Amino acid sequence: MAPKSPPKATLEHSQSASGSAAAHHVEEHHYRSGPLRWLLTTNHKEIGSLYLIFSLSMFMIGGAMALIIRLELFQPGLQMVQPEFFNQMTTMHGLIMVFGAVMPGFVGLANWMIPLQVGAPDMALPRLNNFSFWLLPIAFTLLLSTLLMPGGGPNFGWTFYAPLSTTYAPPSTTFFIFALHMAGISSILGAINIIATILNLRAPGMRLMDMTLFVWTWLITAFLLIAVMPVLAGVITMMLLDINFGTSFFNAAGGGDPVLFQHLFWFFGHPEVYIMILPAFGIVSVIIPTFARKRLFGYASMVYATASIAILSFLVWAHHMFAVGLPLVAELFFMYTTMLIAVPTGVKVFNWITTLFRGEITFETPMLFALAFVVLFTIGGFSGLMLAIAPADFQYHDTYFVVAHFHYVLVPGAVFSIMAAVYYWLPKWTGHYPDERLGRWHFWLSVIGVNLLFFPMHFAGLAGMPRRIPDYALQFADFNMASSIGGFLFGFSQLLFIWVIVKCVRGGVKAPASAWDGATDLEWTVPSPAPLHTFETPPDLRGFKFH
Amino acid sequence: MRKMFALAGLLASLNGSYSMVHASDWNMPVGVSQVSRDVYGLHMIIFWICVIIGVIVFGVMFYSLFRYRRSKGAKAAQFHEHTTVEIVWTAIPFLILIAMAIPATATLKNMYDASEADYDVMITGHQWRWQYDYMGEDVTFFSNMSTPREQIAGTEEKGEHYLLEVDQPLVLPVDRKIRLLTTSADVIHSWWVPDLAVKKDAVPGFVNESWTRIDEPGIYRGQCTELCGKDHGFMPVVVHAMEQEQFDTWLAERKQAAAEEAGGVDREWALDELIERGEKVYATICASCHQAEGQGMPPTFPGLAGNQALMDDLDRHIDVVVNGVSGSAMAAFSGTLSPVDIAAVITFERNAWGNDTGDAVQPADIQALVSP
Amino acid sequence: MTPVQRTVTKTLFALMMMVGFTIALVPLYDVFCNITGLNGKSASQPRAIVSGEVDESRYVTVQFITRTGSGLPWRLTAQDRQVRVHPGQAYEVRFAFVNHGKTASRGRAVPSVSPSEASLHLRKITCFCFQEQRLEAGERLELPLMFQLSRDLPENVHTVTLAYTLYPAAEEQLTSNVIALTQGGGA
Repeated sequence: MAPKSPPKATLEHSQSASGSAAAHHVEEHHYRSGPLRWLLTTNHKEIGSLYLIFSLSMFMIGGAMALIIRLELFQPGLQMVQPEFFNQMTTMHGLIMVFGAVMPGFVGLANWMIPLQVGAPDMALPRLNNFSFWLLPIAFTLLLSTLLMPGGGPNFGWTFYAPLSTTYAPPSTTFFIFALHMAGISSILGAINIIATILNLRAPGMRLMDMTLFVWTWLITAFLLIAVMPVLAGVITMMLLDINFGTSFFNAAGGGDPVLFQHLFWFFGHPEVYIMILPAFGIVSVIIPTFARKRLFGYASMVYATASIAILSFLVWAHHMFAVGLPLVAELFFMYTTMLIAVPTGVKVFNWITTLFRGEITFETPMLFALAFVVLFTIGGFSGLMLAIAPADFQYHDTYFVVAHFHYVLVPGAVFSIMAAVYYWLPKWTGHYPDERLGRWHFWLSVIGVNLLFFPMHFAGLAGMPRRIPDYALQFADFNMASSIGGFLFGFSQLLFIWVIVKCVRGGVKAPASAWDGATDLEWTVPSPAPLHTFETPPDLRGFKFH
Repeated sequence: MRKMFALAGLLASLNGSYSMVHASDWNMPVGVSQVSRDVYGLHMIIFWICVIIGVIVFGVMFYSLFRYRRSKGAKAAQFHEHTTVEIVWTAIPFLILIAMAIPATATLKNMYDASEADYDVMITGHQWRWQYDYMGEDVTFFSNMSTPREQIAGTEEKGEHYLLEVDQPLVLPVDRKIRLLTTSADVIHSWWVPDLAVKKDAVPGFVNESWTRIDEPGIYRGQCTELCGKDHGFMPVVVHAMEQEQFDTWLAERKQAAAEEAGGVDREWALDELIERGEKVYATICASCHQAEGQGMPPTFPGLAGNQALMDDLDRHIDVVVNGVSGSAMAAFSGTLSPVDIAAVITFERNAWGNDTGDAVQPADIQALVSP
Repeated sequence: MTPVQRTVTKTLFALMMMVGFTIALVPLYDVFCNITGLNGKSASQPRAIVSGEVDESRYVTVQFITRTGSGLPWRLTAQDRQVRVHPGQAYEVRFAFVNHGKTASRGRAVPSVSPSEASLHLRKITCFCFQEQRLEAGERLELPLMFQLSRDLPENVHTVTLAYTLYPAAEEQLTSNVIALTQGGGA
């Protein structure tokens, strides 16, 4: 936790630092202008903004694909698209949202906020930072271009199970693998940078247990990325060899095993799921205390819970494979470990709620999103607990119940936390408050839309609707129609989000350095908008009592 | 464990009368086997556990949100840790989970005990149809979706069992233990019937086993639940459960029909006769990939209409249909279609859509290839 | 070395360890499967017969399923589709391979055992599945499978199903080379 009220000296110091930074800023404008400035920037704030803009664009593209899916599923029968294209849409939607929207969104927030929250002048490796960002637009342009190639783009689901993604895949799969390799390298480099920054560039006097939870969760996430991204790289390289070089890693005909693919994929895939939710935990743990005006309850247990979730994530992967024909012992082992994850996750939820208890609560837009996160993520957690029960999972597996589950943890979970963070930090980024009235509209339309979109999917799944089908039996029609209406409501509400951001960048109510009266972290000691260079001389926090 | 299920039943009845009548419309079906009822019981227990925890957690949360808002003059308290409370709320979920794991383990063990079955059925997934093989009975057939393409396109009204109907269902006797062996000929599929609580992946090159014992005669519908390509949404599973005597009659009729079919191999078939039969086979088996007009969907599914290379090479054409093409969706049909059907469909393809080769492939020639 | 460089070096080292671990996962998976019978793959090497008492109090039904994958004009048939054996008893079943094609071709029978825990207790003394076969056009080949179910086969296993799927083995040479390369001689 950061200082409740920053030491006076620090405040003055950072202001004087920002004065010189402003001069620097103008200077820099001189020799780098136009597109080249953005191409070559090594500034963590600019790169953070690039990541966030990229993430938002991918969110809209992936969202448009989701709307094509919902349009087709609006009623039974094939109306809009053919099954082959439908499969490409579900696949691309998943890949773009996971690797293009959510992960870069969190990396963007990390770039902007980690140096500010630990009192560092920039990321530890600024030039590497530039490189890892610019890999992403290249990777996703390549990925999107596969849709125009003969045979179409990837059509085997974002989990790309072999042999559908190898022997039976469209010719464009090699490009898909290449694109994913680039996105993976970008993530790894980003993670190395974040670890180096957090471990080395903290202001003097800030110990690990003094850091905000956002920094903590990102530190743990970065370690997860280092651990599992090589596994993803390995598995797609094996696919590449199977497709182009005649090997048989996943091909039963040559003595390989298609189930090996699933083990490798989910050994990456389950930690990947937590990569997309741990930073969200951090964001919410920062926002709730601010607007409850009360210190986070159980800071230490939050850190330990995050670490145990990260460790457990390596021991649960086969719960995605209960129906694949695992032996009984394996099935039991993975059922027990999966159930165990409920314990640290529960601790987190209890801590947030106890933070609210006897607080002094106000409901600005960031708080609304954070509170919706707590409720809706918990609902996703409940369905996750149900999915952990292996015998019942035989009925849930690969149905819309699973779709409902992971969308609850990813959309009103991860995505809402990113939105909360954007509303929370926009005053720091732009110097203006986001329009509160529009923000509330955006929030309520999103909450209603997202629940109308995903809640009926629980029922459709329990009643027997498999996922990834372009057409469905008549008894699922009502649920699907409701979901589609919710989908369009949620989708179009996001245009409002873009408008709020654009409006906030262009002007609005001026924000002071400490934009929220309950906010106590280090980033609120620098002026709003944050000048290009902050903390060039680190603030001296030695002897300061954080807790 | 029994107590747990009784509790689940009690809680389930709290759902109200609607759930009792229309349970399967929006909840998991109770199903027609002991296993499916056990699974339903587990599902309801864990559901109500989640509801109770949810009510408590969200109750405290919303109470705090209303009670401790600044607009009501709340002033923030200063506490921020309490070791006892934290230990308690770590321990309680742990105990609930242990209580939950016990009945789940018992049910799972039971689901895995496929021994001493009365019948063995081999289920093979194909792109995009199921094949059932009654082991030791010499009965094997494809089960294709029978919903007309017109209903899917919306030019015809959709029937009651839209997308969940097949030409030949899997017929099983009730009150018998059936061992189901699942495998696949191409990509991974998954065989699922919700009313039996059986879902097992069909993995190429590997055999998985599961079992069921159906209590009530009836027709039970399910679908493929693992993405298997273009027509993944169009490969339903239909199980027709009947009394033992009816099943025996059905089995005998099947064998009889197979014998008659085999008899057709020996005689000489006329071109028109082959084309007529071949058209039907083409529509059920081939049209989903090679399309109704034989235009195919290149590059994945080659066209047949005007495919000069293929029309010039009769042997190749026969070889592809009989033996399939390795590493593609083109399956080997020798084991699954009768020689008559294979001969008929090749003849049809060689004489339709402007492919006027005039070739008539005789079933006897196919028979000679399959078992000389 | 600055502290940042030290951290980066350590992270890169961890990354390299994970890359190595990933490469090792493939052979590890095979080893793991051999030990636990995880995926129902039976051993690909002949094993010695274990002489000892035959457990005559128990009968186990062993079923044989033979299938042909796409692209190979072969038939594989088991002489007996089902045999009843005592655990500990060695038994021989003959399988017939026939090539209906007009050219010589190579194929390989890939085994799968169900239930998977039985694969640990199935000892194959000789099996056609240990190597690939080459058949001339129209050739018929009879090959034996000699197996023994070990006496510690779990009590609850009453039926063991052995499935053999025939696959074409044309690019065999290349495949094994690359696998050997990537797995460091594993596979």
